[in-house]
Amino acid sequence: MTMQNVESAPHEDAPTTTEVGPLTAPTPPAPNPAADRIPGDRALSAQPSTWVAWAGIAAFLIFLLGILISVVIDSFGTAWFAKWLPEEFTAGWYSEAWSRFELGHVILVTLVVAISVVALSILIGVPASYTLARRQFPFKKAVTALFLLPVIIPPITFGIPLATVMYNFGLGRTVLAVILVNLVPSVPFVIITMTPFIEQINPAIENAARMSGARMRHVFVRILGPILVPGILAAAILVLVRTVGMFELTYLVSGPGTDTLVVSIFRAMTSAGGSEPRPLVSAMAFLYTAMMLITLIIALRFVNPTQLVARVSAGDDD
Amino acid sequence: MTASAVGGTKQTRGTASLRHRLADRGIDSQLLLMVPAIVFILALFVYPFAYGFGLTLQPTEDTVDTWGGGILANYVRFFGDAFTVESVWLTARLAIPAALFNVLVSIPLAIKLKPKFRGKQLISTLLVLPITLGTVLTAQGLLIFAGRQGWLNHTLMNLGILDQPLTLVHNYIGVLLSLIISGFPFAFLLISSYLSGIDPSLDRAARALGAGWAQRFLRITLPLLAPGLATTFILTFVLAFSIFPSATLVGDPSGSTRVLAVVAYRFFGEQFDYPMASTVAIMMGLAELAVVAIVLLGRSFLYKGSTGGKG
Repeated sequence: MTMQNVESAPHEDAPTTTEVGPLTAPTPPAPNPAADRIPGDRALSAQPSTWVAWAGIAAFLIFLLGILISVVIDSFGTAWFAKWLPEEFTAGWYSEAWSRFELGHVILVTLVVAISVVALSILIGVPASYTLARRQFPFKKAVTALFLLPVIIPPITFGIPLATVMYNFGLGRTVLAVILVNLVPSVPFVIITMTPFIEQINPAIENAARMSGARMRHVFVRILGPILVPGILAAAILVLVRTVGMFELTYLVSGPGTDTLVVSIFRAMTSAGGSEPRPLVSAMAFLYTAMMLITLIIALRFVNPTQLVARVSAGDDD
Repeated sequence: MTASAVGGTKQTRGTASLRHRLADRGIDSQLLLMVPAIVFILALFVYPFAYGFGLTLQPTEDTVDTWGGGILANYVRFFGDAFTVESVWLTARLAIPAALFNVLVSIPLAIKLKPKFRGKQLISTLLVLPITLGTVLTAQGLLIFAGRQGWLNHTLMNLGILDQPLTLVHNYIGVLLSLIISGFPFAFLLISSYLSGIDPSLDRAARALGAGWAQRFLRITLPLLAPGLATTFILTFVLAFSIFPSATLVGDPSGSTRVLAVVAYRFFGEQFDYPMASTVAIMMGLAELAVVAIVLLGRSFLYKGSTGGKG
């Protein structure tokens, strides 16, 4: 079947070539047929520039897969030195990592932090983006700019003063501190993604509900809620991924017992007095990636993050 | 006269209740929805920032004794100490080339991969993979894969291309590689989406009028794409600028990759000099915002307006 498709492709292009032919007329039988095709219609053909593009992609993918596969193999191997593969394979590093670093607890902390951050940033962010999308009020520009700042400024820049404040309040090394610092980039992120999403929802729907006597609470729960669900889910997934992957801010305020998975891997890699055996770190790193992948795959079954963008551009037609 | 006129307007306004007058200016109970977000940003962003700025003006006695300058001792130290000044340069030397590379390489690839072809979905999926890898696995993978005894050097030496293994980790190149691996997919996806917003009929029209590919690229695609490129540059630059884990893990954090984030953390977590840590952190933010401002200023001279929508 696929072979037939390849065979038929030039035939499909043939009529377009003849259509273009009369326009670019004077050049007799086109010496380079590829040049006369309409861009976007042609298959990727064997032009030199195509090969360069493919070589670039290939080099990138070699690095990417090399990195991923070598970590996976390393995590299952013993004594891997200047050879293609380790001498023996074992699953022992996983059980050792699990017990040595109390990974069960670490993963629990990671999930508690991630879910609280997602829930809180949605609860704080969505009402604010509703107001920003629908209303004009004094200092609106200044408020919008203020919400943009934590996303542009490097995490370390606001993280260090913030962590100092946390330690001053005696919150250092607590889960609460980890949740609070992670909210700082997350709430503005929700606001920035949700505001355009809400802007493209027709306000007539809410107005109709209000005319019919619905109160603000009802408008939110019964009318806006269901319409906003896809956008909220998409924003929630992006916040979840960012929070699980957030290193800098968590590292500044977390300590033993409140480290998230990324931070405990980092500590294992840099622990004082010679770092941990390499396969042990690889096992933890792979667990992290597996967790992330599973979360993403489950999440992407339910939502499509591009919905945020797609909905907005669809709204432009109105 | 004027005084009585003002009084007059006040009088007429006074007939409406305070609530109505405020509602007239856009202030009513619905704005209460903003309150949680405002409280949040004031408590967790504005206050710590102000506090941190206050700290920079309260240098430790050690700093004052060594560097002088009274309450500005931290700043005197930041600009006087080769240790910190150099790291501004080291940070820029990593972040700017990484961001430029990610943007410049994404352009031809995004153009090449714009048409539909079999396997496009697979490539897009593979490109999103680094997002799930995270910086730590990327660092660990680079250490194993590109290390002295890793597959990369092993292959190159077995093929007879190299005599000596390349040193790709624990130095500048290692951090650059990790920045490219984590930043490139992001830049590629963004530029692809900006590119898909350019109406393909513009390109077709130019082609029908006899423009070659170079002319079409330079005079049609590039000008329309330029604002998007500026945005992408800013976003990848911001990511690259605050690099901390990879600078420590695959870099040489006491030498060629002693970036500002590492220096700030040293003062914070190792020397417990919070005032100096805040100073470095704030200077780091200012340095980054300076680059962003320059790019934004440049962007404001570029084409603004519709790019024809999705083709």
